[in-house]
Amino acid sequence: MTHEEFIQLGEEQRKKNEQYKHSIDVCVAAACVSMQSDKIKKSIEDEVKKKELGTSCRIRGVGCMGLCAEGPLINIDNGKSLYCNVKEEDAQEIVSAIDKEPVERLKLSADVPFFNRQLKIALEDSCNVDTESLDDYLAQDGYEALFDVLTKMSPGEALQEVVKSGLRGRGGGGYPTGLKWSTVQIAVTDKKYVICNADEGDPGAFMDRAMLESNPHKILEGMAIAGYVVGADQGYIYIRAEYPLAIKRLRNAIKQAERKNLLGNNILGTPFNFGIEIRLGAGAFVCGEETALIASIEGQRGSPRPRPPYPAESGLWEESTLINNVETFANIVPIMKKGGEWFASIGTEKSKGTKVFALAGSIKNTGLIEVPMGISLRDVVFDIGGGILEGRKFKAVQTGGPSGGCIPESHLDMPIDYESLITIGSMMGSGGMIVIDDSSCMVDVAKFFMDFCQSESCGKCVPCRVGTAQMHTILEKITNGSAGMHDFQLLEELCDIVKNTSLCGLGQSAANPILSTIKFFREEYLSHIHDKHCPAGVCKIKKEEEVIS
Amino acid sequence: MTKLKLATVWLDGCSGCHMSFLDLDEKIIEIAEKFDIVYSPLVDMKEYPEDVDVVLVEGAVSSDEDYEKILKIRKRSKAIIAFGDCAITANVPSMRNRFKVDEVLKRGFIETNTDNGVIPNKNIPLLRERAVPVYEIVDVEIFLQGCPPSADLIYYALSELAEGRIPDVKERAKFG
Amino acid sequence: MSKVRIKTLKIDDRDVGAREDQTILEVARDNGIHIPTLCQLDGLTNLGGCRLCLVEIKGSNKLLPSCVTAVEEGMEVSTNTERLQKHRRSIVELFFTERNHVCAVCVSNNNCELQNLAKQVGMTHVHFPYMYPALSVDATHDRFALDHNRCVLCTRCVRVCDEIEGAHTLDVRGRGIEAYIITDLEQVWGESETCTSCGKCVNVCPTGALFEKNKSVAEMKKQTKFLPYLTMMRGARR
Repeated sequence: MTHEEFIQLGEEQRKKNEQYKHSIDVCVAAACVSMQSDKIKKSIEDEVKKKELGTSCRIRGVGCMGLCAEGPLINIDNGKSLYCNVKEEDAQEIVSAIDKEPVERLKLSADVPFFNRQLKIALEDSCNVDTESLDDYLAQDGYEALFDVLTKMSPGEALQEVVKSGLRGRGGGGYPTGLKWSTVQIAVTDKKYVICNADEGDPGAFMDRAMLESNPHKILEGMAIAGYVVGADQGYIYIRAEYPLAIKRLRNAIKQAERKNLLGNNILGTPFNFGIEIRLGAGAFVCGEETALIASIEGQRGSPRPRPPYPAESGLWEESTLINNVETFANIVPIMKKGGEWFASIGTEKSKGTKVFALAGSIKNTGLIEVPMGISLRDVVFDIGGGILEGRKFKAVQTGGPSGGCIPESHLDMPIDYESLITIGSMMGSGGMIVIDDSSCMVDVAKFFMDFCQSESCGKCVPCRVGTAQMHTILEKITNGSAGMHDFQLLEELCDIVKNTSLCGLGQSAANPILSTIKFFREEYLSHIHDKHCPAGVCKIKKEEEVIS
Repeated sequence: MTKLKLATVWLDGCSGCHMSFLDLDEKIIEIAEKFDIVYSPLVDMKEYPEDVDVVLVEGAVSSDEDYEKILKIRKRSKAIIAFGDCAITANVPSMRNRFKVDEVLKRGFIETNTDNGVIPNKNIPLLRERAVPVYEIVDVEIFLQGCPPSADLIYYALSELAEGRIPDVKERAKFG
Repeated sequence: MSKVRIKTLKIDDRDVGAREDQTILEVARDNGIHIPTLCQLDGLTNLGGCRLCLVEIKGSNKLLPSCVTAVEEGMEVSTNTERLQKHRRSIVELFFTERNHVCAVCVSNNNCELQNLAKQVGMTHVHFPYMYPALSVDATHDRFALDHNRCVLCTRCVRVCDEIEGAHTLDVRGRGIEAYIITDLEQVWGESETCTSCGKCVNVCPTGALFEKNKSVAEMKKQTKFLPYLTMMRGARR
């Protein structure tokens, strides 16, 4: 496809869109689909056909609108009205009301903190693009950024935009993306690869899944730009097989892009070649660790290896490899379109741009949000998140998944950025945010995460393989009331060993949920140990009398 | 010079450590000059005395009787030496730990018995759920590794104690 | 012949010289400085899994495995600090807790690297709880047996079978504490069609997990030093 044809395609689609008087956008990301939004969409289509509104109503299946708690969601006429908790039988009423007053009982106000306090960059357009249509993406300047980079910028210039943006890896570590790209750019190997890490495995996290389900082309475009910058002609998306919908849409998007020569050889008539293949992970959490992920793509057992050498120097098949998370790639197109400086103007001094979080747990507005870096946890939980579920009291918010920690009320005014979260023993992680209320026991929470870590440890290094199992056993003893202070001391000792001597990030951070709960909720541990009492009433502790009788 | 009061105890072990003790041969005379053996399977004394200075504990804590004994020993002794691998790691006795007590008894007394065996239930101490090292029940001052610890090692450790020093056996001892 | 640069560094306050392609462990050994290891074996690729060879490097709080960390100019390495000693002792203890190691009844008693390590690191007893897992023994092979109770998952056997013998009969299955060595696709060893019965796995095994049949307690002695010669002779023949 030449550039002219490419521009023309976008034009045509835009014109087509303008012909419609109304638009009905049904969310078809996994959360809403699980509430049958695909069937609702079908009913609406049938209803529109029946009422012969086909020429004036455009119906699209779009990506995640964020407020999963109120799903299925439908957006009428680009935000004119937003319907929530829609059911299949509401289709007729919705279509009938299209030219009249909206259906009041389904309406949700868009002018609430949940929507107006967010700032969407990575998720921009995700709820405004047909999840399965390349044409629709093109109508919204899709692949323009790639075209501009390929035709107007040298790889070095494009890299400078990423460097200037201050973007840092969104997978959790927060390594400067520009620095990583430049390392791969200067590396001298026969071949180079770009890998998109979509092996999202933190319990309660679904950012990557939603992004891939909502706007897969944006990720492909970001990866292609990365390929151009670092000098790679092959990309891989490593995605867990538990994400069938995201995989289906990605496959569809890759096929569409290949057909239109937006991927493949001589992209858009330039000398640049770039292909993308999908590799499915079997769901091992450790395969999210980059060296384990690479081993898995190579067909090996998914175990991490010591770094250095880092993948940038010796990665996939020992070639220089750029590996970034889905959300990192999602930020590339906006950065190329609006410039690195624009991106760097958002956020804090060291953490630029926005971050996508998956709100889960005891919070009203469960769902997906994107907020500027530096916003306080309190604003996220109580303002955007709408606070704690009815009748309960806030206790902690867990960030960073099994590698992160639990943050108590006293630290809620802390700004969300990479450094602050680490200072208090948690971490940014990939963006899972689980809100915990007073009905949860923090020792039990720590035990949950340790159960996760011990079963997800690959078993290669001893401290992680045995240490996590030992820690889990001790937590089990504390929660069933059979532990003494000696066990508690052993637990703290094990935390130190596992943290300092494990091979990869999984082990090195596995102790964080324990360390942070000990730091902020020590009295809960002591209450289990000394008084044989679980303050939250979660743990089933046998009282000594009962044991004797 | 007042002699130190030495006791030796045999819990769940094979008595091999005590045999090794006897392997001191003529050196046992030297030991006898420095220690009074106040309680031991080798001497005729029914009750574990008060104010024992040093006790060599052979074997793992396996039965209720072992458990009672070791608590009493702890109360009445200044220093406990975990004497050999069974006392330190539970060693061979611990090999039953992955099975339930019932299973172990059934295997030992019935399944492997050719003429209608029965599980004895009178006048024998009950097995605890697991055979455990001594330190899991009471504090232990000194660990003397080996299966059994060599006579030389025993001699070295006791001589050091007699001189009022804590024996450092790291370089001399090994498990197994 | 391509030029190899020389780096100078300090190990335990001693000035030492090294080729740029050497690891800290190699240089330390060349200079008679002992660093404990278990999964490492000359002639096999390095794993970095046992974490016993961790060393401290001045200016970094992170402990690095010396078997895979390349030397750098001006590096100041400490191999035996109090912190390292403590961690090593704990790691050896963890090895003893995860499986059922009973030296007294083991074929490799007195010839066991784990047993030696316990002495080296000054392990007086194991202060973490023993796990007593229920594990099996595969004695279906004509000449050899695999006792999972004594395995430390160093994967030397897996590596030698793959890298030297080229059979790749052995591998690891499962994750974390549930991981264990398998033959082929978890068929029993005796029925393996890929095993060449070369016995290299048995010889490189640091404990009594892999042993020759008909060997009794303390009778199994391993030959672990043959790999570099084997590789050298193969190279010479080519």
